[in-house]
Amino acid sequence: MSRAKGAAVLTADLPGDGRKKVGEVRPLLAVENLTKHFPLKGGPLNRTKAVVQAVDGVSFDVQMGETLGIVGESGCGKSTTARLLMHLIPLDRGSIVFDGLVVGAATGGLSHRDLHRQMQMVFQDSYASLNPRLPVSMSIAFGPFVHGLAKPAALKRGMELLEAVGLDPMLFANRYPHELSGGQRQRINIARALALEPRIVILDEAVSALDKSVEAQVLNLLVDLKAQFDLTYVFISHDLNVVRYISDRVMVMYLGKVVEIGPVDRIYRDPQHPYTRALLSAMPSMDPRRRTLQAPLTGDPPNPISPPSGCRFRTRCPFAEDICGAVSPALLVPPGDDLRAVACHMRLPGSGHSRAAAAA
Amino acid sequence: MTDAAALPADPAMALKRAQQGKSYWQRVWERLRDDKVTLAVIGVLVMLVAMVVFAPWFTVHDPYTGSVLRRLKPIGTPGHWFGTDEVGRDLWSRMVYGGRLSLLAGVVPVFMALLIGGFLGVLAGYVGGLVNSAIMRLTDVLYAFPSILLAIAITGILGSGLQNTILALTISFIPPVIRISESVTTQVRHLDFVEAARASGARPLTIMRYHILNNVLGPILVYATSLISICIILAAGLSFLGLGVTPPNAEWGLMLNNLRQALWVSPLVAALPGVMIFITSMCFNLMSDGLRQAMDVRL
Repeated sequence: MSRAKGAAVLTADLPGDGRKKVGEVRPLLAVENLTKHFPLKGGPLNRTKAVVQAVDGVSFDVQMGETLGIVGESGCGKSTTARLLMHLIPLDRGSIVFDGLVVGAATGGLSHRDLHRQMQMVFQDSYASLNPRLPVSMSIAFGPFVHGLAKPAALKRGMELLEAVGLDPMLFANRYPHELSGGQRQRINIARALALEPRIVILDEAVSALDKSVEAQVLNLLVDLKAQFDLTYVFISHDLNVVRYISDRVMVMYLGKVVEIGPVDRIYRDPQHPYTRALLSAMPSMDPRRRTLQAPLTGDPPNPISPPSGCRFRTRCPFAEDICGAVSPALLVPPGDDLRAVACHMRLPGSGHSRAAAAA
Repeated sequence: MTDAAALPADPAMALKRAQQGKSYWQRVWERLRDDKVTLAVIGVLVMLVAMVVFAPWFTVHDPYTGSVLRRLKPIGTPGHWFGTDEVGRDLWSRMVYGGRLSLLAGVVPVFMALLIGGFLGVLAGYVGGLVNSAIMRLTDVLYAFPSILLAIAITGILGSGLQNTILALTISFIPPVIRISESVTTQVRHLDFVEAARASGARPLTIMRYHILNNVLGPILVYATSLISICIILAAGLSFLGLGVTPPNAEWGLMLNNLRQALWVSPLVAALPGVMIFITSMCFNLMSDGLRQAMDVRL
């Protein structure tokens, strides 16, 4: 529905980029310099011994009606970003602006309770995210109920949503989570997320734990619901094919930082960052003559407790040079492609990297 | 999915059904009804309670008047079918009346520990942080003493008597109840559905009421019922040591202590109060097993 619409919208407000683009639309969600460091405590006095830099200075926008895919290896901060967006964990630094209102601001902002009416989340573990002691209709109705709807009205709303996610209310309303299959449970979770009529839904690995056939059904359901309820999605996944199918734009994360963001077609056709390239070349090819013979990336990502200096990817990057260890590359729009942004010295003219173009 | 067509596809009716839907506890009750052993055990306990509450209806002789002429009659003596004790009191009467104190000392401390310990434990588990540390470290201090020693120490200080026994046992049962409630709550608190409830904008007390309590009450309750049998034995133990109920009051532990000297003369009679303790604690244990099974929704 909104593939074309989303692709036409710009990545606005990059850090250090004061320019305002012509015809810019106010984004539904603007995230600026989002940072979360988890302290690691230990020792007899429970002192902070180290910090895990789970999310470090992440900025991005989500436009109304688009689907932003977030990809990256395990532990790169995808889920932490989702929980920060939902304000389920407090953020250390940075700001989240929802539809022009600063979330959690003392005056004139959007309270967390109001944010939760507009932004909802679907979790990966379909079983753990449903209360085993409540019938599923009550789990769905809980949101409207706490926001002041009377119980019968809230339950009625739950029935409608069961219908909307393709489950017969007559059969499913009174069931308990353990009486449903994984796909059915995830449909319930989606219905629960929609119960407050949110404008944006964060899907944190929402289909990752499902069988492939069920995954396809749930993905199609998500596409239908998006059209039906005018939703915006932030779709977090490690499955590159799924992200390509559902997203308008993709954001690639590595060790708590954004390395590349841009329209899904361009990123998949022509990845600019060496990490994105490695990630995409790790996708199994359907053509046996083009099978991957060499592992594109070896080893695990470095420890986020003490990430490498400069560019965090340099320890695994085939093109790493001195400059990469010295300066952390900013997320900037590369020349000739103003729809995307890359954090790599090679794409930044005059950065000092031997492969970078000369300064303009 | 097959019989979907057979049902009237009327949303109003579906709504009605959902509102009338069986709650969790209704389902537990249904499962309990099918469990014959647990039902039988509960039946025995109900009979026991009825018997001690309406003790005068079940006894002929006064439990406190004896006769030297009738000392230590064996089981089966006409008029005293369960024999008589060392001062000639009817043993059946004493066992029925003694059940009053024994059950009271077995149930009341557990119930109070459940209220106090459950509240503190759920609070510690749900709030976490400093509150948790404060409550749990205090618990650790009490935990350092074995519960029987703690009970002995407390009654030793306060003196014997039913009230002090109950108080001592309550205090010694609070730490394990706190432990269990805290760990169950901590487990539940970190599950995604609590996060999801927070994400829907619910306030902490609402989350507590709809999402935490119904998940933690079951395990805590089951644990508490298993404590009842221990509590009866501990109460009997305190009386046996002379720290609990004082003579001439009838109490199973005390009776056991008093009949100890008659063990060589009339062993069966001397063992009877012990049999009562055994049956009661066994029943409570079996009941808690049955409850545990009925409450496990995943079975």
